[in-house]
Amino acid sequence: MTATRFVTLLAVLLVAPALPGIATRTKSLLTGRRGAPVLQLYADLAKLVRKGVVYSRTATIVFRAAPVVLTASVLVAALLLPLDGRAPIFGFTGDLVAFAGLLALGRFALVLGGLDTGSSFEGMGTSREVTVAAFAEPALLLSLTVLVLVTGSLSLGGMLGAPLATAWPAAVPSLVLAGASLFMLLLAENARVPIDDPATHLELTMIHEVMVLDHSGPDLALILYAGAVKFALFAALVVSVLVPLARFDPWVAAGLLLAGLAVVGMLVGIIEAAMARLRIDRIPQFLVAASALAGFGVILLLR
Amino acid sequence: MTDFSDLLLLLVVLTDFWVLGTTRLSSVIRAAALQGALLAALPVALHPRLSLHILGLGAGTLVVKAIVLPAFLHRAIREASVRREVEPVIGFTASLCVGAVAVALSFAVAQRLPLPEAQTALLVPVALATVIVGLIVLTTRSKALTQVVGYLILENGIYVFGLSQAERVPFLVELGVLLDVFVGVFIMGIVVFHINREFDSLSSARLTELKD
Repeated sequence: MTATRFVTLLAVLLVAPALPGIATRTKSLLTGRRGAPVLQLYADLAKLVRKGVVYSRTATIVFRAAPVVLTASVLVAALLLPLDGRAPIFGFTGDLVAFAGLLALGRFALVLGGLDTGSSFEGMGTSREVTVAAFAEPALLLSLTVLVLVTGSLSLGGMLGAPLATAWPAAVPSLVLAGASLFMLLLAENARVPIDDPATHLELTMIHEVMVLDHSGPDLALILYAGAVKFALFAALVVSVLVPLARFDPWVAAGLLLAGLAVVGMLVGIIEAAMARLRIDRIPQFLVAASALAGFGVILLLR
Repeated sequence: MTDFSDLLLLLVVLTDFWVLGTTRLSSVIRAAALQGALLAALPVALHPRLSLHILGLGAGTLVVKAIVLPAFLHRAIREASVRREVEPVIGFTASLCVGAVAVALSFAVAQRLPLPEAQTALLVPVALATVIVGLIVLTTRSKALTQVVGYLILENGIYVFGLSQAERVPFLVELGVLLDVFVGVFIMGIVVFHINREFDSLSSARLTELKD
């Protein structure tokens, strides 16, 4: 029983870098290209780790600490999710706020690191990132509120574990709304297409990429890896809201979760192939729509 | 069967949000058409005992609201060659927020209304929400065509409300309402066409210039 938690967490942390690869590959295939191999990010990470680091003379300890804080906060957030549908590795009442807070902390560190370089370009990127984050947070908390109302539990272990599976049939409409809202959030938080284009390197359109331009070598590897894990965490959140994992045997649940991650990766790829990026002033509208979906889910439960 | 009708009602509210959130006129019309199709399926889902009354209501709604009117509106935007809603009185993000508040309010109010028992608890709040969203679109958008869609959505809300009492409302009244809407939209379409020819724009703000 306890073994599956650790094995699932380890598996998720291991396969995380494949998810952006799956998304890009799906997009390439759908747009008639062959695309980079699915495992490209592993090769990139291995290459970056072996490289040296360059620090600007104006950069301080804040810049050096940013990748470490980001990676650490994302990894701790991963400990809070019940990935096998049973229980998280550790959890407590109210840890949903800690989960949101840890993700915010990681972003905060990255933003400070970006500002610390003193480059006006990175300042622009951080301001955009924070704008997106400010609109994304209400949607995340409203979606988690749906889960709290459905299960009556205040910890992620209960909200996504066995109580969710028992309450599942009665609350399908709200959960589907929350799942859709979380999926829109996944796109926003991980800088995927309608919000940001991971393939672009044009100054005017970049959001997330701008902030990490000055990081190099192992620091950049940490940031890329943390980004992949964050992607996997949001995908896991979507999968566990939409599929009552606790109904299955722990090992089957773990397998279902990993399959679900791959499906989410493909969905992201399909969206990237089908949609263009939104204009920056339309992004708040996208995220307000996500909040409205989750809020509607809450209203349905309050009835 | 109520599960299915609940799902339909949820989708009706989502199409309301869709209408509030898009700028493209063709997308707004598509949303209204989808909403019409959902409404056509609704009486059949609500009343498992199929009667001629219910089937006629569903078929009539499908033809008028999901096929004829949207086709007519699509033709209108093609002839007037407008694509986007450019300057709404309230911005799109703000109108989405107002719409969300309206949905919340209608769910809160619907519980207090002294109405005879409806088939599903969602029916009355969704009807109120749709009426309010229709009103928002009708009052805050500047293009005459979007206002026509707002009127359609407003009427859709009234239709949903009527469904909660469908057993009591005579068939003829429903048909009369459907005919009213049809004629109303038809006339508005002709007016839209004439506004466009007169002013080369569909902004209803220009209507104040119509003095004699």
